[in-house]
Amino acid sequence: MHEMGIALQIVQIAAASIPVEMKGAKVLGVKIKVGKLAAVVPDSLRFCFEIVTQETPLSEARLEIEEIPVVARCKHCHSSWEIKEPAFACPSCGSGSIEILSGRELDIDSIEIEEPEHLNHSGNV
Amino acid sequence: MEIKVVRKVLDVNERMAQQNREYFTKQGIYVLNIMSSPGSGKTTLLEKTLARISSEIKSAVIVGDICTTNDADRLAKTGVSVVQVNTDEFGGDCHLAAHVIEKAAGQLDLKGIDLLFVENVGNLVCPAEFDIGENAKVVVISVTEGEDKPLKYPLMFRVCDAAVLNKIDLLPYLDYERNAVLENIKKVHPGMPVFEISATKGIGFEPWIKWLRNQVNRKKAPR
Repeated sequence: MHEMGIALQIVQIAAASIPVEMKGAKVLGVKIKVGKLAAVVPDSLRFCFEIVTQETPLSEARLEIEEIPVVARCKHCHSSWEIKEPAFACPSCGSGSIEILSGRELDIDSIEIEEPEHLNHSGNV
Repeated sequence: MEIKVVRKVLDVNERMAQQNREYFTKQGIYVLNIMSSPGSGKTTLLEKTLARISSEIKSAVIVGDICTTNDADRLAKTGVSVVQVNTDEFGGDCHLAAHVIEKAAGQLDLKGIDLLFVENVGNLVCPAEFDIGENAKVVVISVTEGEDKPLKYPLMFRVCDAAVLNKIDLLPYLDYERNAVLENIKKVHPGMPVFEISATKGIGFEPWIKWLRNQVNRKKAPR
């Protein structure tokens, strides 16, 4: 439901991550990581991203979403496992004292920006 | 060319939430974020809770809704200071974010306040994702909702520190499996305390009030 706000944040962070010397460069892609436990629906996020990138340096950017599985570790017996259903107790020893290792991510990993032409011409790449 | 960014999408909110937390801690205020679906009885629970505790624990409330000041009007009658946040000013957000809390706190007289309740916008999805600088989160569900709510909204039940099962006075009239909901809460968040309450009838308040008192005292102790 808040995917629009999240899409706006992504655009803001991506635009701010373009190095100063490359001001005006187009962002061609944004890679993000979304944990399966995060309250974000990837399809809604893609839809919102399309809308909010219009008339920004990201207007041609693809949104690549890597979904991160929910992995937990038992604080009691130290075994770790992937949580695929909403059951958060250790399958080995039954303890409810667990630590979520991954699955809450909502991170921008990297952006892909167009190659600056002057660098290509001078052969510095 | 690829540029590494590696930033949390919500890091602006998280930084602001941290600032809020430090601000409230400095003033010795315990902040409780109360969340639920629309209509599960957050406002009634708060009204009745305030009536029971306000003589011993000085409280204030920030209440969030998309529109109207109806909830604030109801809560103000309990005599505590209340500020209503309407998220339509902030784009009709489905949750309260940290910057909204900062602004709302500025409109409250927080002098001598021990406990600040934040009644979030009714929604079991988005508020779970947004830290507002609280000390603990509570989810309210009612027996007129499905017993599988915890399984449908696992993040909400994972991030909360306690749950209130409200409207238990209606159990005799409903086909509701009380044990099933308790089992589902336990599946998602083993060990989380669950308070079974009827806010309208005033049933089951004691353990809840005791929990609140302990929470507030624990925070005040190191002051």
